[in-house]
Amino acid sequence: MSFLVDSVIMFTSQVLFFGFGWLFFMRQLFKDYEVRHYVVQVVFSVTFAFSCTMFELIIFEILGALSSSSRYFHWKLNLYVILLVLIFVVPFYIGYFVVSNIRLLQRQRLLFACMVWFTFMYFFWKLGDPFPILSPKHGILSIEQLISRVGVIGVTLMALLSGFGAVNCPYTYMSYFLRNVTDSDILALERRLLQTMDMIVSKKKRIAMTRRQMYQRGEDQNKQTGFWGMIKSVTSTQTGSENLSLVQQEVDALEELSRQLFLETVDLQATKERIEYSKTFQGKYFNFLGYFFSIYCVWKIFMATINIVFDRVGKTDPVTRGIEITVNYLGIQFDVKFWSQHISFILVGIIIVTSIRGLLITLTKFFYAISSSKSSNVIVLVLAQIMGMYFVSSVLLMRMSMPLEYRSIVTEVLGELQFNFYHRWFDVIFLVSALSSILFLYLAHKQAPEKHMAL
Amino acid sequence: MASLDRVKVLVLGDSGVGKSSLVHLLCQNQVLGNPSWTVGCSVDVRVQDYKEGTPEEKTFYIELWDVGGSVGNASSVKSTRAVFYNSVNGIILVHDLTNKKSSQNLYRWSLEALNKDSSPTGVIISNGDYDREQFAENPVPLLLIGTKFDQIPENKRSEVLTRTAFLSEDFNAEEINLVTCFPLSLQMTGFTDRKRFNFKSLHYD
Repeated sequence: MSFLVDSVIMFTSQVLFFGFGWLFFMRQLFKDYEVRHYVVQVVFSVTFAFSCTMFELIIFEILGALSSSSRYFHWKLNLYVILLVLIFVVPFYIGYFVVSNIRLLQRQRLLFACMVWFTFMYFFWKLGDPFPILSPKHGILSIEQLISRVGVIGVTLMALLSGFGAVNCPYTYMSYFLRNVTDSDILALERRLLQTMDMIVSKKKRIAMTRRQMYQRGEDQNKQTGFWGMIKSVTSTQTGSENLSLVQQEVDALEELSRQLFLETVDLQATKERIEYSKTFQGKYFNFLGYFFSIYCVWKIFMATINIVFDRVGKTDPVTRGIEITVNYLGIQFDVKFWSQHISFILVGIIIVTSIRGLLITLTKFFYAISSSKSSNVIVLVLAQIMGMYFVSSVLLMRMSMPLEYRSIVTEVLGELQFNFYHRWFDVIFLVSALSSILFLYLAHKQAPEKHMAL
Repeated sequence: MASLDRVKVLVLGDSGVGKSSLVHLLCQNQVLGNPSWTVGCSVDVRVQDYKEGTPEEKTFYIELWDVGGSVGNASSVKSTRAVFYNSVNGIILVHDLTNKKSSQNLYRWSLEALNKDSSPTGVIISNGDYDREQFAENPVPLLLIGTKFDQIPENKRSEVLTRTAFLSEDFNAEEINLVTCFPLSLQMTGFTDRKRFNFKSLHYD
């Protein structure tokens, strides 16, 4: 009886998440495009729904809601469905839509989509070889094989994103890094842009007029037939067409210049707006936050380095450690079990909410930046794939933040994976990503004022 | 050559509707083989004989300024695009017939262009809401072009045509629907002599 009630609760929550994913798709991602393939929308919402259900199960685990056997059942069910979607459904549809966009392969779409899927499976399988992720007692077609590979990809993504985010966040928040842009700079650039456009226009007018005159002359000379007629007509218009190709080259160069000027003007306008924003109250608040985040970022990089160098993996989670510290050093006595449950619930809840929100915002930004009306379907599916893998591996990594009694369910469901490996891998990739972001931002920052001065 | 009068026409619309292909076809009389995203603004020129064959025949340079929609809609991009909107003689609004959102976005595009170019009579545009009367008094003529007509399945065509008829009424504009097929070649539906019809509506007198 309780199993039925639990299942109903789970099902309703899944429907809710599905609806939220659907709304997000319609209102945010696809607000400029017309949805023609509802399959894409359904797949996206399903991935989102099942990923969120996993998080919900963790929360239920901590709170002790629902009965333990039904929780376990739903965990397993959820995991199977998510793996099915991430490994079979989404890649197949990605291949299908990519193939649909290529004109040559239009007719044999299904066949080529299957071929693409098999190639994906091959590389996906090969991915597991260089990593020591499995203990040898697993068979070849077990669920652990799939999860381990999904986990590797997801953890890499997470580490890349957090590394870049940790560095980028203080860089964007702090106004120390803002370049000095005055109105006259912008006006000067705009004037140059318009001048370039005028030059392009006048050259194109020359080309058009010359072509028109050649065409009119060509009509008169059409009566010349035969071999000699052809030679004559070629030589007489030779200088005309040579001139034309020269002017055309100049026009191409000018057009390239106009594009660069346009992009630089956009850049300067954006910087000017940021400077104005930083003078407001909100801007000052973010600036202040930026200082905190930069300290946090430095600390995280430091910790990652220590973890790698000293090859240590944290055994206790932050909640229990915090409670231990308060009890032992500060001498405050309180009911450990009671508080650890609530605090870990809050902590895990915050982690979940911020990671979902952060991921959705990042996905939206990416989507706006790179999608066009042709590739929007493919990109949404790729984003759904990334989202699914990201969420699965956050469950994996979150195991570290939970006290021992709650870790057991994750260990049980996901099988005997080498969890320590994942944490080490996360640290390595995080370090690499953070350092290269610092380098990248430094170079971009250095280069910009030089470009600006040279104008 | 330089003594010919110039006519500046803006070509506006969402990213990917076919503005660059349209401009290329009108100016070079050939199909654009490899369309790519327009960054910034690309201009092309067409020499046009106005009222050909009549005593008032005059030759004009028509500059088609194809303002790219692909860099995004941040306010920094909008204020940069505004430099292109000076002293405009006509506006061509292009939308994709297979994509409803591109037609709805045309309101935004036209407001953006006309705001910059507000006439001395003081057309006041409040918080971006579209108002039909503004378009009625508008001195700048508008032409509405719908592309990719042949990619709409047969049964939906009349519905799409009624929708675009409403749209062109709202803008007080002339309307033309274009056909595209692989490879991208544009043909007008129902108009054989395209040169004369096309640009008559752009000269207002």
